[in-house]
Amino acid sequence: MESTYLAIVLSPLAAALIAGLFGRRIGRAGAHSVTILGVAVSCALSAAVLWRQVVDGAPADNVSVYTWLVTDGVRMEIGFLVDRLSALMMVVVTFVSLMVHVYSIGYMHDDAGYQRFFSYISLFTFSMLMLVMSNNLLQLFFGWEAVGVVSYLLIGFWYTRPSAIFANLKAFLVNRIGDFGFLLGIAALLYLTGSLDYREVFAAAPGLQDATIDVGSWQWPALSMACILLFIGAMGKSAQVPLHVWLPDSMEGPTPISALIHAATMVTAGVFMVARMSPVFEYAEAALSFVLVIGAITALFTGLIALVQFDIKRVVAYSTLSQLGYMMVAQGASAYAAGMFHLTTHAFFKALLFLAAGSVIIALHHEQDMRRMGGLRKYMPVTYWTSLVGCLALIGFPGFAGFFSKDALIEAEDLSRIAGAGFAEFCIVAGVFITALYTFRMFFLVFHGPERMDAEARSHLHESPWVVTLPLVLLAIPSVIVGWFATGPLVFGDFFGDSLYVRPEHDVLARLGEEWHGPMSFLVHGFQSPVLYLALGGAAVAWFLYLRQPHLPDQLRDRFGAVYRLLENKYYADWLAERVIPAAGRAMGGAFWRVGDVTLIDGGLVNGSARVVGWGAALIRRLQTGYLYHYAFAMVIGLALLAGWLLIRPGGS
Amino acid sequence: MPEFGLLSVLIWLPILGGTVMLIIGERSGGSQWFALALSVFTFVLSVPLYAGFDSGTADMQFVERIPWIPAFRVEYFLGIDGLSMPLILLTTFLTPIVVLAGWEVVKLRPVQYFAAFLILEGLMIGVFSALDGLLFYVFWEAMLVPMFLIIGVWGGERRVYATIKFFLYTFLGSVFMLLALIYLYLQTGSYNILAFHAVPLSMAEQIPIFLAFLFAFAVKVPMWPVHTWLPDAHVEAPTGGSVILAAILLKMGGYGFVRFSLPITPDASQTLALLMIALSLMAVVYIGFVALAQQDMKKLIAYSSIAHMGFVTLGFFIAWAILSRTGDTAGIGMGITGGMVQMVSHGFISGALFLCVGVLYDRLHTREIGAYGGVVNTMPIFATFFVLFALANAGLPGTSGFVGEFLVILASFRANFWYALLAGTTLVLGAAYTLWMIKRVVFGAVANDGVAALRDLSVREFMILALMAGGVLIIGLWPAPLVDVMSASVDKLVVQVTQSKL
Amino acid sequence: MITLGHYLTLSALLFVIAIAGIFLNRKNVILLLMCVELLLLAVNFNFIAFSRYLDDPTGQVFVFFILTVAAAEAAIGLAILVVLFRARRSINVQELDVLKG
Repeated sequence: MESTYLAIVLSPLAAALIAGLFGRRIGRAGAHSVTILGVAVSCALSAAVLWRQVVDGAPADNVSVYTWLVTDGVRMEIGFLVDRLSALMMVVVTFVSLMVHVYSIGYMHDDAGYQRFFSYISLFTFSMLMLVMSNNLLQLFFGWEAVGVVSYLLIGFWYTRPSAIFANLKAFLVNRIGDFGFLLGIAALLYLTGSLDYREVFAAAPGLQDATIDVGSWQWPALSMACILLFIGAMGKSAQVPLHVWLPDSMEGPTPISALIHAATMVTAGVFMVARMSPVFEYAEAALSFVLVIGAITALFTGLIALVQFDIKRVVAYSTLSQLGYMMVAQGASAYAAGMFHLTTHAFFKALLFLAAGSVIIALHHEQDMRRMGGLRKYMPVTYWTSLVGCLALIGFPGFAGFFSKDALIEAEDLSRIAGAGFAEFCIVAGVFITALYTFRMFFLVFHGPERMDAEARSHLHESPWVVTLPLVLLAIPSVIVGWFATGPLVFGDFFGDSLYVRPEHDVLARLGEEWHGPMSFLVHGFQSPVLYLALGGAAVAWFLYLRQPHLPDQLRDRFGAVYRLLENKYYADWLAERVIPAAGRAMGGAFWRVGDVTLIDGGLVNGSARVVGWGAALIRRLQTGYLYHYAFAMVIGLALLAGWLLIRPGGS
Repeated sequence: MPEFGLLSVLIWLPILGGTVMLIIGERSGGSQWFALALSVFTFVLSVPLYAGFDSGTADMQFVERIPWIPAFRVEYFLGIDGLSMPLILLTTFLTPIVVLAGWEVVKLRPVQYFAAFLILEGLMIGVFSALDGLLFYVFWEAMLVPMFLIIGVWGGERRVYATIKFFLYTFLGSVFMLLALIYLYLQTGSYNILAFHAVPLSMAEQIPIFLAFLFAFAVKVPMWPVHTWLPDAHVEAPTGGSVILAAILLKMGGYGFVRFSLPITPDASQTLALLMIALSLMAVVYIGFVALAQQDMKKLIAYSSIAHMGFVTLGFFIAWAILSRTGDTAGIGMGITGGMVQMVSHGFISGALFLCVGVLYDRLHTREIGAYGGVVNTMPIFATFFVLFALANAGLPGTSGFVGEFLVILASFRANFWYALLAGTTLVLGAAYTLWMIKRVVFGAVANDGVAALRDLSVREFMILALMAGGVLIIGLWPAPLVDVMSASVDKLVVQVTQSKL
Repeated sequence: MITLGHYLTLSALLFVIAIAGIFLNRKNVILLLMCVELLLLAVNFNFIAFSRYLDDPTGQVFVFFILTVAAAEAAIGLAILVVLFRARRSINVQELDVLKG
């Protein structure tokens, strides 16, 4: 199987290199053909691998490709661990990537950097596959940083735009803060287990339950500390509060990128990582609570921000943040399977929403402000209907994919008894209402109501070309149906087998699964829970506020000015991240440099010692009178002293 | 009749070639061809050092040993192990690149310029292969002369200030080293470094010896707070000078620590390890912030060099912190290996970054960050390389910059969580100052007419940068060949540093 | 009876007088030259006295050498003096301080 796995990761890489290095020679068509071919091969093989894992029941495959280095008895390798968890991720990643590749043919059609773009997204696919297929922490970190770099390059894809190159630097640095924690987490696990290999780390985890790490004079529980450090990495990559500030800005990149990287795949790497490391997290109760609480805060509070955004992509971006929070809540409640399932469904419907938003944006010639949209339904029927599917899936309308995954997640959380579970439950249930509200606010502002664009733009309105709409349709299909057949095996069955590990006392999904009697009964059960009515209520409120009484939102804004401003300024997190912290860093650097280096070391020590020598020399110079008789005098006196010492020294003759 | 070995050829061939160039002088053209041919030939000759290297043993290899000054038992004693061999290869690899970098750029006395680099190459190889203390000292000091001239003659506006600062700083440091060498000679009766390793020394002797070596090596590395010569020297040096300075001269400090300080005075190193760790972390954090405030590209890279070299010393000196915390030697070798890999990697990355700045400087004759902006619009190929090296400088996995930092951080976690935490800040700081510079120089719209008129890389420049990029990527993706040749020597060093000499 | 001690005392006196002449004199370079000659003479005196006392003629041979050198030295010294006077229009010791740092 090793050659299959290699083919899966290397075909996008080869395509990226060809498109990147020989882009000019192979031309535009060449670039997109070769990259789509690469990803298609990868996608087909991934599907085959998933099939083999799930249907044929093949055991998890752990292969080592080569030894990166060996030092101090620690063998660091590049290798693949392919089990059902990674196989699922591989399919999600390559499928969404393939859709985005096709879509980009249309979206990037007029762009000068066409070949470069295709090269980057194929490179991203390669990096992401390395991340999910890794069998050790080193390669995980490799992929982790590599996707970050490609994201950096893609956010700054239009490098002449000041806002884009600002956003990409911000994204990279905020991610780096997360990676900083991640690296320390890896170091902690290496310290505790003596290995970077998943299998060995997992095997050692149960024995380390009571181990501690002394930090200064404190003793910290070792596994919780390691897991929290790892999770800080996930907070960066999956944009959890307070490291979420980069994700909305990342929308400066081309829209296909927002769909692929900043909605469907890369940002879910943190969720995947927690699931992958579940055998360790399970023994770190404090870390689970931490994950739970952070996820809950993200789920609710970033959803609130989405309510006041007018940039269509930013609404979807904040929605992504909020949904990532939901996934993290599931991980924190040990419902890893539910989190992974929500990740999968979210990948489909959020990519769909982003690509639909992109379709709207190209139709309006790169207009992103929803205040200049409206009534697009009749111009863009395919986009309209697929968007509706995406929105319904997002709010968890019964029968759509999001319903199954989100409901399972909420129910599971309800059963969790770890610290912070109550708070988290409040957040995610309230979040359901908020989600529905902002989703349909966006939907109505864009597709319904009066046409607010100018006449020039309206005259050019038409449905996007088939390369754009085909991916929309292809993504809409799983957004509808995936819940019907996948919920049972994925969440309640043993789809994941032993690739996820849950301790019996944490196993909320098992308890929930006792009540599982197929998707239909789950659907019926959904109608009995308040969650569904919250979602429907949110959609209804959106309809009332934005279609029925469009003047009401403005009145509300005036009434609750302080709250509105707080939301509009994103709780001042951006202000902190963009103004305060960098300025403080630069000021500190400047102060260290001017005071420390220039004044103290160079001025004081270096030039100071030169000054002392000069001053001493000036003093001694006085002795040099220039008169011969002074020199002679000194000579004679010296001679006399020397002779005298020779005579009177003790033991002298 | 002693055999005239490979190391001697590597040392004396460039020196001889450089001298011949000086004698012939300006009369004949094509001096750069001669220098290139000679330096490439030297590199080819140095390949057998790797190919024929036995990585299974920590003993010295390619040994040459003949008496030099029999009255004082000074010997011409050369040999290499896993610690010095990679650095020699780095030297022979970079010299042709430096020659190419000065190809059409140096207009003033090109013959002497290239001759200086050839002589410098021989002397640097001498430093890395000398196993006799006095021979080492001679090479060490002699090397200052060509470097002094390179900065002083072909440098920028404030070259005289910079070159004198450089010379005095390093010279002051090395005088203390001479004292220590003489003391060790009196103790062992020879200048044989391997005998120094074995001689028992009391704590009262070890501390002054350690401090004397520290003076010499800390200036070279350079460690905080004796680092201020480096930014000045880099800013004023010509491109080739900066490359050699950053890539190889700084490594001599780190090499000195593993060849002298650690094995000769392990107990003093243990006593003062905390001080050394503090200075290293100071370099990483404090200098990281200082780099953030720089407006001059070369100064920024110079400061980033100091911060990265902080990892080298940190990797070496956490050994005792690990030992005292865990009572175990596990992790020590990882730290030392990390430090060594970091040295080689930094040679490539900082060298490449200085070459990139040189490419820009040759066109617009300024190093001010503010004078650029949007370079990618006119120089896309160059921008690709520059961004690659910048990311490597920020420690991106897959590039060589990651390997050393990763190993050192892993090892320092064993010593103390806070060490690892402070060292890890480089992930953020390194990315911040490097990529912020990239943002201001490379990205954005075309900032001015100067940038608009830029030509992309010539074939010569492309070749240089491509070679450097190859080195950066190969070490990053597959460091095993590099680490394997070191491992036996590192294991031996671990034994040496953990055995008390008292 | 005139003993060795008397000769040595005389020699020492001559030496001290010459030394005092060198650094008490502030006016005249010629006086300096003469004092230097006097120093040499004092040394010569010692040589001769010891030569006689030890009955070894080597000392007297040395005296001849010294006398010859002293003569040459005086000639050169005077020549320098003439040049100096031409250049500076003065042979005042007080004014000759070009060695001042």
